[in-house]
Amino acid sequence: MERVAITERAIALVKQLQEKHGELIFHQSGGCCDGSSPMIFEKEDMYLDDSDVLLGELAGINYYMNRDQFEYWKHTHLTIDITAGRGSSFSLEIPLGFRFIIHSRMLSEEENAALNPA
Amino acid sequence: MSYHKPKFKEKYGNFINGKFVDPVDGEYFENTSPVDNTLIAKYPRSQKADVENAVDAANAAKEAWGNTSAAERAALLNKVADIIEANLEEFALVETCDNGKPIRETINADVPLSVDHWRYFAAVIRAEEGSATELDANTLSMNIKEPLGVIAQIIPWNFPLLMLSWKLPPALAAGNCVVLKPAEQTPSSATLLMEMIADVFPPGVVNVIHGFGPEAGKPLASSPKVDKVAFTGETTTGQLIMQYASKNLNPVTMELGGKSPNVFFNSVMDEDDAFLDKAIEGAVLFAFNQGEVCTCPSRLLVQEDIYDKFMERVIARTKAIVQNNPYDVACQVGAQASNDQYEKILSYISIGKEDGAKVLAGGEASKLEGDFANGFYIQPTILEGHNKMRVFQEEIFGPVVCVTKFKDEAEAIEIANDTLYGLGAGVWTRDAHQLYQIPRAIKAGRVWVNCYHAYPAHAPFGGYKKSGFGRENHLMMMNYYRQTKNMLISYDKNKLGFF
Repeated sequence: MERVAITERAIALVKQLQEKHGELIFHQSGGCCDGSSPMIFEKEDMYLDDSDVLLGELAGINYYMNRDQFEYWKHTHLTIDITAGRGSSFSLEIPLGFRFIIHSRMLSEEENAALNPA
Repeated sequence: MSYHKPKFKEKYGNFINGKFVDPVDGEYFENTSPVDNTLIAKYPRSQKADVENAVDAANAAKEAWGNTSAAERAALLNKVADIIEANLEEFALVETCDNGKPIRETINADVPLSVDHWRYFAAVIRAEEGSATELDANTLSMNIKEPLGVIAQIIPWNFPLLMLSWKLPPALAAGNCVVLKPAEQTPSSATLLMEMIADVFPPGVVNVIHGFGPEAGKPLASSPKVDKVAFTGETTTGQLIMQYASKNLNPVTMELGGKSPNVFFNSVMDEDDAFLDKAIEGAVLFAFNQGEVCTCPSRLLVQEDIYDKFMERVIARTKAIVQNNPYDVACQVGAQASNDQYEKILSYISIGKEDGAKVLAGGEASKLEGDFANGFYIQPTILEGHNKMRVFQEEIFGPVVCVTKFKDEAEAIEIANDTLYGLGAGVWTRDAHQLYQIPRAIKAGRVWVNCYHAYPAHAPFGGYKKSGFGRENHLMMMNYYRQTKNMLISYDKNKLGFF
């Protein structure tokens, strides 16, 4: 049972970026402008520690979210997809004319019991 | 009455060292208008080499510029204000085309407010002084304000000219040189401004670089040759910029958005008068600028005993919003700034519905006709639910408000503060005690009391909690762009006697 998933076309974009940049991570952003979007960076670019929760592994790369943000998101299942567009963050896919985007749904009771034990 | 899409050149350059220059490796990107998804122009897809050229130009100019008199700097800032004012309509049209916001707003808000920010900082530096204190009969402590040197500024796409005018004037007024990177979605008004003010400042004092975040923004934010980074955007990029700044031991200021509560106490409905009418408008201001405002009042908190009657009027006012061609002076809500924002907002409306929120108004994309059918329009939307829902906790950055009830003051404060962010808040009441006590209890940098969405140059603006730190606007902003030189002077002829 997983919290996160990724679409085929998003995997293709991740692979394209891996070829150019090597090892990568996803980090979920919050806040204004281009916030509330998953961002992709070179693995060493972002300092991660106990304040980041590992949501899962997608297409061979880890997907993190800040712990206090996770508290509000933990009952949802996230699917990373792509859309045409142009964000203004440091996320590596931006020059390619795409943005990673998340589609969310609420976890089922069964998923919630397994992923968020009381 | 309706305006039309303005004319642009085929392509533009970076503005470095007082001149427009082509990007070093000759690459450009296409910038489109969200109004109708048509091409505006090509802008430089800058890389590290372009950024370095701009940073070098700023460094070469900083000593001479830092030594100009306040009177000289003020005169030049005023000149920029006069130029923007004299071309108000042209700036307004370019801004509407590039961002998608209604022409009514760019003509009456974005551009005139921008003019005022340049004038405010031109005025401030003529009136302020350093300080001197006689610490004892023979010792004088003198505080002189000195510029930091070269400032990197990375600005967002929601108010392109206004955010430029929040950041550039205080940095320049303080005697710094600047390398500014506009958001890649909205490079046009910054470029128009540089065309018009190309000769105002000495070469290298103001530089504008276009391009993408990972290619141009990152080298700018991490350059060891800049002395400070000022950023407006979201939390992850904010964290990265702070990391880069830590390598250079550089100061940063961060403005990172919010999920601002707008709180209405029952006394607003004591009378059916002009104030109630103002309060209803205050609740509907969530739709201002298509909700693309970091202080968007996106959580509406209404006291339970007036909830039904109050919301009836808020819903009616929301449904009366005119959404059409942004160039039409009657348009009140225009296009979202880009396709990915449009998709994100629709995705949030859908998770809100799935999470159990009830749609009280809107809830869907808005389909315009003719030339505008390909633009990115979303109906002003009201979702009713509770504060633990994701739509109540995450910044949607669209014309979407989430409404919930509260019982009493304590519950209003609890819900208002139950958020990661603390940028803006609104409090509406006729009760004199609440007018002071509730704003003091809300953890946010700006609390509007019986008003909302006013941004005068003379009031400090900035966040608590994860909304960032540092302030913009107001005289105090100057100190985010300066050092304090303390000269400790002894007028005592006698030695200490230690050695």
